[in-house]
Amino acid sequence: MDQSASLKIAIVDENPIRAAILQDGLREAGFTQVVRIDETTNLLARIHTADPDVILIDLENPNRDVLEQMFQVSRIVKRPIAMFVDSSDAASIQASVDAGVSAYIVDGLKKERIKYILDLTISRFNAFSKLQTELDRAKTALEDRKIIDRAKGILMKAKNLSEEQAYALMRKTAMNENKKIAEIAQSIVTAADLLK
Amino acid sequence: MTTRLRIGFIPLCDAVALLVAADKGFCAAEGLDVELVREVSWSNVRDKLNIGLFDAAHLLAPVAIASSLGLGHVKVPIVAPFTLATNGNAVTVSPWLYNALLAEAPDGLDDPMRSAQALARLVASRKTRGETPLTFGMTFPYSAHNYLLRFWMAAAGVNPDEDVHLVVLPPPYMVDSLANKHVDGFCVGAPWNSVAVDLDIGRILHAGADIVASMSEKVLAVRQVWADENGETLARLLRALARAGEFVEAAGNRDEVCALLAAPNRVGVGPEVIRRTLDGRLTYARGGDVHASDNYFRIAREGAARPNPSHAAWLYAQMVRWGQAPLSPELTTGAKAVFRPDIYDRVFGEWRTEPATSDGVGAFAGPAFRDDDVAAHLRTWATPAPR
Repeated sequence: MDQSASLKIAIVDENPIRAAILQDGLREAGFTQVVRIDETTNLLARIHTADPDVILIDLENPNRDVLEQMFQVSRIVKRPIAMFVDSSDAASIQASVDAGVSAYIVDGLKKERIKYILDLTISRFNAFSKLQTELDRAKTALEDRKIIDRAKGILMKAKNLSEEQAYALMRKTAMNENKKIAEIAQSIVTAADLLK
Repeated sequence: MTTRLRIGFIPLCDAVALLVAADKGFCAAEGLDVELVREVSWSNVRDKLNIGLFDAAHLLAPVAIASSLGLGHVKVPIVAPFTLATNGNAVTVSPWLYNALLAEAPDGLDDPMRSAQALARLVASRKTRGETPLTFGMTFPYSAHNYLLRFWMAAAGVNPDEDVHLVVLPPPYMVDSLANKHVDGFCVGAPWNSVAVDLDIGRILHAGADIVASMSEKVLAVRQVWADENGETLARLLRALARAGEFVEAAGNRDEVCALLAAPNRVGVGPEVIRRTLDGRLTYARGGDVHASDNYFRIAREGAARPNPSHAAWLYAQMVRWGQAPLSPELTTGAKAVFRPDIYDRVFGEWRTEPATSDGVGAFAGPAFRDDDVAAHLRTWATPAPR
């Protein structure tokens, strides 16, 4: 625990939600010294100030190339930095690239400790992307509901139907045409707008 | 039978042969279904190529060498059987730096030795006055941009590691960084120099070809094991790239090529800026004269696509010179072996072409480069030039 607390971790991620999720995860695991760097101009100077043991950066970030310079010139960082690459562990490199994150570490840190941090990071990144997918799905569902309600209203008025009858009509049409109800609803709304 | 390939690229004009090969159907004609993946960093391209997420990649020539030699990263043997672009870079400086250099150069700045000497004088006087060192941007530690800047300024005695700051910047951020005064100048590929000129926030000081006349800039990179196992697929890809190269070089196709590159999912800047690069007609300052050069940027002309191991040796020599690699005969041989004219010749037949300069490199300063004597090159530059 104390060991974890002594390790300083910098997260370079322009997505504040994902960074917060990762920071929480690290904190729960006992890593209390976590710095978030979301402003990436003069990134090396910011990292120099933070002086982290481990740097985690998302792969969508073009500034990853900026970090590569840290291996070259040790005077721009206080301590030499290496990329977390365990040649024997191709699976872990693959997993981190798939999740969209990369880790840079201070040379000489024990691989096992970093492996734990990297695994945790990968799982948080994956959790975030799952969350994002669910959020997108929920958004779509909400929009579908709205459009179906509008179409229902149009049908009820135009054909003098009850709510259930209007919905049943759309469902039947959708089944006959092999489409989603939301698509039928969208056609009704578009047609009604055109005929206005 | 169609073969699926995933190929990574960075949005730059020098990916043109690859982009045209995929988008104009040259790959399809060879039975290749190519998925182009636009990437945001060279580190990503390298890593995804190394672990096999990409079958091939548009890659900085020195990164292919560094990866094969295991410099700065995990060692993965890469081969470069096709040169996607030769030259195409430029050094751009902010207007104030241009004027400050001009004040130090009574005979003008057209000659790179004069401009480098002007820089040396400016650096010295700034040091005396206790001013902060000048900062220059380049795209990657293992890049021609890094080596061109260093070669140029060091020829007049400026120590790139002590007298100035060299910082890595992603190409799309170069222009902003110059505007925000985070850097005073940079060396980058097209279209970013011209973009800075158009916005009137930068002046092109030299085309890269004025510093080194001929240098492999981007290569088609594949893993050695992939090349060994997929010889026929690789041959088809090279044929598609060669056809695309010819298509790009034909002046009549320029409008179409520029429109294709301008698409947001390709390079994503205006076609006119791209055209200047492909035509080799750069404007150095907004509203200024056109500098026309056949040598500014080459795709398929004069055998440019055929890998030149001398270029690999020169790039390796720069890695040694600037402390990125140790000097050894094994590493010299290893670096040259990354560039594979033998694979190219197997596909296209023997192709002999006279190099544009006597040593095939043509640096603006120093004796001709000999790829069998990297040590001699290093001895030449071991002693800093007098200020």
